[in-house]
Amino acid sequence: MDSQGFLKAMVEEAGTSGYEGRVSEIVRKAFTELCDTVREDKLGNIIGLKKGAGSPDPPKIMLAGHVDEVGLTITKIDKRGYLRFSGLGVDQRTLPSQEVVVHGARDLPGVICVKPPHLLKPEDREKAYKMEDLGIDVGLPEERVRELVNVGDEVTLARKFYNLQGEFIAGKAFDDRAGVAVIHECLLHLAKMKHQADVYAVATVQEEVGLRGATTATYGIVPDAGIAIDVGFGEQPGSDDPRLIALDKGPGLDIGPNIHPKMLEALRKVASDNNIPYQTVVSPGRSGTDAWPMQVTGAGVPTAIVSIPNRYMHSSVEVCNANDIKRAGRLLALFILTVDRSFVEGLACY
Amino acid sequence: MLLKRLCEAMGISGQEAEVRAVIREELGGKVDEMRCDTMGNVIVRKGPEHGPRVMLAAHMDEVGLMISGITKEGCLRFVKAGGTDDRVILSKVVLVGKSRIPGVIGPRPHHLETDKERETPVKSDKLYIDIGCKSREEAESKVKLGDPVIFDTSFAEFGEGYVKGRALDDRIGCAVLVEILKQDWSIPVWGVFTSQEEVGCRGATIAAYSIQPEMGIALEGTVSADVAGVEDEGLVTQPGNGPAIGIMDAGSIPNRHMLAQVVGLAKQHGVPFQFRRTTSGGNDAGPIQRSHAGAATVTLSVPCKNIHSPVAIANLGDFDNCVRLVGLFLKSVEGGFRA
Repeated sequence: MDSQGFLKAMVEEAGTSGYEGRVSEIVRKAFTELCDTVREDKLGNIIGLKKGAGSPDPPKIMLAGHVDEVGLTITKIDKRGYLRFSGLGVDQRTLPSQEVVVHGARDLPGVICVKPPHLLKPEDREKAYKMEDLGIDVGLPEERVRELVNVGDEVTLARKFYNLQGEFIAGKAFDDRAGVAVIHECLLHLAKMKHQADVYAVATVQEEVGLRGATTATYGIVPDAGIAIDVGFGEQPGSDDPRLIALDKGPGLDIGPNIHPKMLEALRKVASDNNIPYQTVVSPGRSGTDAWPMQVTGAGVPTAIVSIPNRYMHSSVEVCNANDIKRAGRLLALFILTVDRSFVEGLACY
Repeated sequence: MLLKRLCEAMGISGQEAEVRAVIREELGGKVDEMRCDTMGNVIVRKGPEHGPRVMLAAHMDEVGLMISGITKEGCLRFVKAGGTDDRVILSKVVLVGKSRIPGVIGPRPHHLETDKERETPVKSDKLYIDIGCKSREEAESKVKLGDPVIFDTSFAEFGEGYVKGRALDDRIGCAVLVEILKQDWSIPVWGVFTSQEEVGCRGATIAAYSIQPEMGIALEGTVSADVAGVEDEGLVTQPGNGPAIGIMDAGSIPNRHMLAQVVGLAKQHGVPFQFRRTTSGGNDAGPIQRSHAGAATVTLSVPCKNIHSPVAIANLGDFDNCVRLVGLFLKSVEGGFRA
C-alpha cells in the first residue's frame, strides 16, 4: 500500500482519544510489512522497530505521529431519543448539519439536526449554536436508542477522503494521521536503504487530550533522538498570521525550546543537500506535539518537530498537500541515513 | 430507488436539468402527455383531456450555493441560492458545477480564534470553497461564475423507517408525484414538476396559467422543528406521524372545503396525518391558487427534519401515506368538486 492509500484507510476509520483501536489495527498491519517487529504498549501505542545495521550498539531514533482524532462523547439520552454530547478540541460552529457515526452497541449513522431557517428569529442567526444545545438524531425510537447507546459512547464525524485538484487532499483527522502517513512513507524509503540506526516507528494515542501516549511510548523505547511529525497551521485566505506555513512548499521544521538545535541543523542540511523544500515554524514554547513529553522523558531525549501544513485544522474538512507528506517522509529517511553513534553522542555537546 | 436518484441529482433554482432527466426517464411511456415549458417545468398529464382539472405541483429545485467569484489565491467565493442558515455551511464538502468538482468550506482553526469568535457565527460571505487550486488562472480553467454548488451528501436509509439525503425538499414531493402519475385516473391529473420554487414559486406561476386547474395540490417536503431541545408544542411537524396538511402559510390559505375533504378522507380511511403547525414558509399552492380566475388548493407535505441544509431526514411511512392521501382525494373528485 502506498502512503496515500494508507492515509485514506486511516482517516475514513474512527478513533477518538482512548478509542484508537480500529485505526491502530490499520497501522499495525501496515507497519508489520515494513518493520522487523511491531508491538503495542499498555496505552495502545503501536511501536514498530526497523532494525539498523549499526553494531554493536545502534543509535535509536523514534518517529512519532498520533492516531487519535478529536471527537464527541455522549453525555445524555434525551427526550425523543436525541443524543446530547460534549467534545474537546472541536469548534462548536462546525457541528450543525454534520453527519456523524455514534459508536454504540453498533455503529449508528446520525445527523446533528437544527431548526429550519423558516422558523428562526433574526436574532437567532447572530448566535452560534452552543455544543450543549445540539443533539444527534439516529432515526430510532427513544427505547431503541436506549438499548443501543450509552452515556460515554464516542462519536466521530462521518467523512470520506477526497482528492482535490492537483495533489491537494481533504478529509478528517489528517491531524495527525498525515503524520503517521509520513512515518509510513519514511519506512518505504528505508526499505531500500542501509541505515545504521534502529528506527522506532510509533503511532501514538491520546495526543489530543494531553500528549499521553507519547509519554509512555518514549519511556518504553528510551531513544537517542526523537522526531514528532504533526500538522502545522497552513496558510488560508483571510488569515494573515505570520506563523502559518504554505501548503505544497515542503514540510515545516519547527524552531524553539522543544527542538534540539543540532537536530534542526541536521534536518535542514539534509533538506538542502537533497533539494527538499522546507519552511520554518516558530514555536516559542509548548509545541503541543508529541515532542513535548518526549523531550523530558527519562534523562532527556533530543527532539525535533516536522510539521505538515494543514488548513482548517480540527475540522472534518482538513486539507493537506500529498507532496508535503512525500517530501517529509523522504527527508526523514535521508536524515536517518546520516545518523550514527557519533551524531547522537554529539547531541549532548553544547 | 427513485428517491435516491432524485435526491442525488443536482438542481439549484434555474438549473434543474438533472432532475428533469430523472423524471422524464422515470415517466417516459407511462403517461398520456409530457412536455416542458419556457422555465423548465415538466408538465405531465395522466388521464383524459376533459373533466375536472387537478394540478399537482412538486418542485424540482433545491436550495444550494452559486459561484460568485474567484480569488487570486484560487479560492471560490459563493452566494446562497435560496434560504440556508449560514450556520450549517461551515466544515462541509461541496461539489462544484456539473462535473462535480469536490471542494471544502473550511473554518479557521479554532486554536487561532478568540472565545468571542467561537460564539459568533461565520457569515457565508466570509467563507470560500477550497478546491485545491493555487491561482485564479488555475481555478478559472475549471470553474465559471454562476456554476451551481451542492453539498456532497449521499442518500441512504437511516435508522428505522427513515431516509437521509440532500434536497429532500422537494425531491420527496417529486417522488410522491411520480407515484401518483404512474397510476391511472379517470379525470385529467396534471402533474407539474416545477422549477424555481425556492426563489419565489416562479415555475408554478406560469404552469398554472397554462393548465388553468380547478384544484391544486402542492406536494412538499416541509419544515419540522423536531430536534433536540425543542418542546412538544414547538415541533411544527413530526416525521413519522403522517403527511402534514397545511392550515395556512405565508403563500396561501387552503380552500376550506378542499381541506375538509382531505381531512375527512384521511380519517375515514385511517390514513395517519398531522397539521402543519406554523404559518411560516410558502409553496407552489400560492401561485396556483391565484392563477387565472383562481383555484382551490391544499398543501400536503412529507415532514423533513433539518431541511434547507446539507442533509435532511424524512420518514418513508409519511411518504407512503402522502401518496395514499393524494390518491384518495383524486378518486373522491372523479365526479367533480364544488369549492
